[in-house]
Amino acid sequence: MTKTPLKTALGALIALGALAATLPAQAGKTIDTIKQRGQLVCGVNPSLPGFSAADSQGNWAGLDVDVCKAVAATLLSDASKIKWVPLNAAQRFAALQAGEIDILSRNTTWTLTRDASLGLHFTGATYYDGQGFMVTKKSKISSAKQLKGATVCVQSGTTTEKNLTDYSKAAGLNMKSVVFETQEATNKAYFSGRCQAYTTDASGLASVRNKEAGNPEDHVILPELISKEPLGPSVRRGDDEFFAIVKWVVFALVEAEEYGITQANVDQMKTSTDPVVQRILGTSEDTGKLLGLDKDWAYRAIKATGNYGEIFERNVGPKSALKLPRGANNLWNKGGFMYAPPVR
Amino acid sequence: MTSSSPPPKARSFSWRSKSFRNLVYQLTAVALVIALGAYLMHNTLQNMRLRGIQSGFDFIAQPAGFSIGESVVPFDSAESYGKAFLVGLSNTLRVAIIGVVLATLLGTLVGIGRLSHNFLLRTLCGAYVEVFRNVPLLLQLFIWYFVMTELLPPIETAMQPVAGVFFSKNGLQYPIPLWASGHWLTLAGLLAGGVGAWAWARAARSHLYATGLIRPVFWPGLGIVVAGGLLGWLVGGAPGGLDIPEKTELNVVGGGAVTPEFLTMLIGLTVYTASYIAEIVRGGIQAVPFGQHEAAAALGLSRRMEVRLVQMPQALRVIIPPLTSQYLNLTKNSSLAVAVGYPDLVSISNTSLNQTGRAIECIALVMACYLTLSLLTAAFMNAYNKRSLIKER
Repeated sequence: MTKTPLKTALGALIALGALAATLPAQAGKTIDTIKQRGQLVCGVNPSLPGFSAADSQGNWAGLDVDVCKAVAATLLSDASKIKWVPLNAAQRFAALQAGEIDILSRNTTWTLTRDASLGLHFTGATYYDGQGFMVTKKSKISSAKQLKGATVCVQSGTTTEKNLTDYSKAAGLNMKSVVFETQEATNKAYFSGRCQAYTTDASGLASVRNKEAGNPEDHVILPELISKEPLGPSVRRGDDEFFAIVKWVVFALVEAEEYGITQANVDQMKTSTDPVVQRILGTSEDTGKLLGLDKDWAYRAIKATGNYGEIFERNVGPKSALKLPRGANNLWNKGGFMYAPPVR
Repeated sequence: MTSSSPPPKARSFSWRSKSFRNLVYQLTAVALVIALGAYLMHNTLQNMRLRGIQSGFDFIAQPAGFSIGESVVPFDSAESYGKAFLVGLSNTLRVAIIGVVLATLLGTLVGIGRLSHNFLLRTLCGAYVEVFRNVPLLLQLFIWYFVMTELLPPIETAMQPVAGVFFSKNGLQYPIPLWASGHWLTLAGLLAGGVGAWAWARAARSHLYATGLIRPVFWPGLGIVVAGGLLGWLVGGAPGGLDIPEKTELNVVGGGAVTPEFLTMLIGLTVYTASYIAEIVRGGIQAVPFGQHEAAAALGLSRRMEVRLVQMPQALRVIIPPLTSQYLNLTKNSSLAVAVGYPDLVSISNTSLNQTGRAIECIALVMACYLTLSLLTAAFMNAYNKRSLIKER
């Protein structure tokens, strides 16, 4: 699918039009709207296998996709009741602001500017990433410090452009950027040899290398990570109830991994005597009531997608096509950053 | 808004008076448009406030923080968003101005070629027009960019047609003169030559009117300009320093450069617009009645003088108005640059929009820029059109 600039402009205009025409948003309405509609509308990246991509039958899969599925399972008791809206980097925030989507789960970096001034809230990080560089093996480059004067392909509308500029300046590398509007165009330019390096989040590089390269072995991702990129879903401001649900669904998935609840054993676990497991699965306390849900809310999410560890392994982990190490995304008690406040 | 009614007799504030009714209708229409605009504006601002979206043009003075791949004027990431917009605008102007000149030249040649008596030339020019006019511009840009990035050699094995000139996926890189103070005199010499050429043309004209004899204008004029520049350069101490691109381990650096993105835009826009201009030129020439040709022949004018003095002045009247639209189209079409990674106004605005989240402000800025550009072009072309109109004496 190619996105023409015209299409983007049109999308932006429609978004603006929607902003201009709709009545003011009201708190708590998102959940009602979703339930009435019988569908969660989720904004995703159309071409980032491992995080979100559709197969030839139109089935979406990936880490970002699973977040939406878990939310849909919680709210609608059916993880398939989702309308997927593919968005490019430049369209994503306007789509969320204008109410075209309920939730944006599109490998989006959580930054202060975005959290504070775009009319949205990040609900947390689902993948801790950092920006890296990819070069051809043939170039024999082994460190980003060797990229002096190099031409670098980058996608517009991302935090990536600024990081690249900052790094290039700080390290005195004087790199030149060529900025493309879509990820497809950026990929094509890099693989045609227009640029000596490709820069984006390291996970994105792995995905692009795996999907687009004729032979993934011909490309190397350099060891330097030049930024912090906590990626996570975001929702519109002004609806605390929906915000809390998305936030706690993700926490529940992390908590489930910590206490050994998996997609396969979640039914058996319902009989568990562990008080923490009982609270998560709602067999003792009704934690869902506080969120405006029923007591099986977390059970349905885990049943639909598995716990966070399973989601990671299935989509991007060492055994998947992307072969990304668990690293920073491991649980807090295994040396990573994934830490969920107690479900209690 | 003036009505085409006969001159009003006496103004009366009655529904029976046509001029009064017209006034009321017009005021109502204006009031409705203003009210609609105000409603949308108010609603947008209120919605944005409710959703916590910040707005305003204050971001323009803040540092941009991103770099721009190529620019006419140097740009540093510490400079403001406003400067970044100007750099984007200058990139748009660069491709638009050069594109307009080249498209006019190419279009005129092809347009005349379509009327040629030579079968091969006529058919080729016809095929050119049909192909490039009927394939969407965006597609053409993709094809040109594909040619640039796929078919050219990688930078390690860059073509070197002449020593110091490199042609590769990195674009065209060539030596440029190092700036020396002596070059000021070269520029002054060129300027003086320009004035001299103008004086020569004036003298030739008065000579023609006085004696009826024709003196050549173009070649001597060009000679005067070149001689002026050369003289200035020599007086300035003939600075000969060149900035020659050099091959480093990874890249070719130094010298002047045009990127594949710029070349793609320039070639794409030129070739596409030229196909329309060719048709306009052909139509303009064919609009001059055959009798004019016969009259010119009867007066004993040579073929060249006939074209210059009889046909062109009449054809231009037909050509200029649609030509103006093509210039405007070319300028606006340059916004397709985002598709191939050329940092034009739209591309810079997209980046700014994403860094700041000020969608409405950025889009408004871009619209204002294109509107200003278009109005300026139209004003200039309309003035030129007035000059070429029939002088009624």
